[in-house]
Amino acid sequence: MSDAVRALYQEVIVEHGAHPRHRGALASPTHAAELDNPLCGDVVELQLVVDGGRIAGVAHAGHGCTLSIAAASLFAEQLIGRTLAEARALAAELEAMVAEVAGAPDRAQSLGSLAVLAGVREFRSRRACATLAARALVRAIAARRG
Amino acid sequence: MRSAASWRLDFPALEQSVHGTRLAYLDSAATALVPRAVIDAMVSAYTHDAGAVHRGVHALAEAATFAFDAARADVAAWLGVPADEIVLTFGTTDTLSGIAQGWVRPRLAAGDAMIVSELEHHANLVPWQLACAERRAELRVCRIDDAGALDLDHLEQLLADRRVRAVAVTQLSNVTGTAPPLDEIMQRAHARGAIVIVDGAQGAAHLPPSPAGDFYACSGHKLYGPGGTGVLWATRARLEELAPWRTGGGMVARVDYQHARFREPPARFEAGTPNVAGVIGLGAAARYLAALGPARLEHEQRLHARLVGALRELRGVRVLGEPRHALASFVVDGVHPHDLASVLDRGGVAIRAGHHCAQPLHARLGIEASTRASLGLYSDDADIAALVAGIEHAKAVLA
Repeated sequence: MSDAVRALYQEVIVEHGAHPRHRGALASPTHAAELDNPLCGDVVELQLVVDGGRIAGVAHAGHGCTLSIAAASLFAEQLIGRTLAEARALAAELEAMVAEVAGAPDRAQSLGSLAVLAGVREFRSRRACATLAARALVRAIAARRG
Repeated sequence: MRSAASWRLDFPALEQSVHGTRLAYLDSAATALVPRAVIDAMVSAYTHDAGAVHRGVHALAEAATFAFDAARADVAAWLGVPADEIVLTFGTTDTLSGIAQGWVRPRLAAGDAMIVSELEHHANLVPWQLACAERRAELRVCRIDDAGALDLDHLEQLLADRRVRAVAVTQLSNVTGTAPPLDEIMQRAHARGAIVIVDGAQGAAHLPPSPAGDFYACSGHKLYGPGGTGVLWATRARLEELAPWRTGGGMVARVDYQHARFREPPARFEAGTPNVAGVIGLGAAARYLAALGPARLEHEQRLHARLVGALRELRGVRVLGEPRHALASFVVDGVHPHDLASVLDRGGVAIRAGHHCAQPLHARLGIEASTRASLGLYSDDADIAALVAGIEHAKAVLA
């Protein structure tokens, strides 16, 4: 097995891909966006409930590869309890991480469990899979403001 | 005669290793690799015959014009048609959009209809969607069965009211690898007053070279030629019916400030400075394929049977439909096509994952995406073995 494949499909990613957390839909979301990855046709629908300035509920649906579903699952877990500004900052941090060259120091401090997605830096064409949910979040927040 | 194994040596792209592994290029349906003969012809075109075509009297312009016209003749000879029936375009997408603009739109009235099949690539679907919407015409979709074969009874029903102006259909599906019976479709369509437009993007490279339908489109880059080149074929009479959709220099005989008189086909449809070196490369590709003769497709068919057989033997792998030529699309239980594509890539295996520009067909087949392995004349058993090993590996990692 190639090391890059092993680094990309770490156990936690395969596990989240097979059993994603926060999968489904919310009854009355305050924010929502659907986004597709034109390269591959993957689709993510992200929903939030913001209560008292903080994210109280998250759900993601759609279809996609192990990587995009695992990334959405890990991302959703991290969103609970954050303000929208903090959530956007996390999305930006993830974007920055996947754009780095492979082997750059992991941002475990700022990314938490999302740092496990670092293997995608080795797979340029797959970066959008790792960031699809984060981009949907940015869009959901912008749409609400607009 | 040269053996199939030696053909690989003609393709410089196959000399490279990918991720430290032998390259198994199984993505020719997306774009085919290019033989040295084509590359050399294009280098020569840029090095020597570097002038504009059909407008200069100096040596370089003359050389370019001569080489360009010779390339048209080479393409025509390979397809077995007269050279003045070959219009040089920028690809199948370009050709089909041109037919939509130049033949279909002017003839489509409110209440008329067009037919496409469920197999169609977006390039042979979206132009007709737009034309029908603009003209308030109906776009009818002919069913396929689960094997990927066209339902001819349904076609007959769709044609019955004689409102259909044109049937647009693929020569060879880029997803199911099935080839609709074009002669039969032609007979039925003509009997009801409709013409047939054939998307030959896949078929030209993997079926015996011969244009089909009333209008035929194919692409250079799937024919082991350069990108940005393509062909529109039609009889002289059909070309006379077609309005030029791209206008400007080179396609006009006489122009005053108010009017323009067009040149005869095919020049009428080749406005602007063409992709001269590309067309010269396309001519070289046609000569290359002509020299290999029927052995090329015999080799491909043998290998295709082994590809489909190998995929069907794998546990958890389902082949879509009953592919007959060139390619096989499949799904693997528990492994998404994009994850599979990444794992295969690291093993040097290049395949296509996704909807292959046929989203409605994937919806019809009840899936979001698939993986496609497609053959070229340079493909061999080692490529198939690498694919099989890669699929097993992906199952171990992901399923």
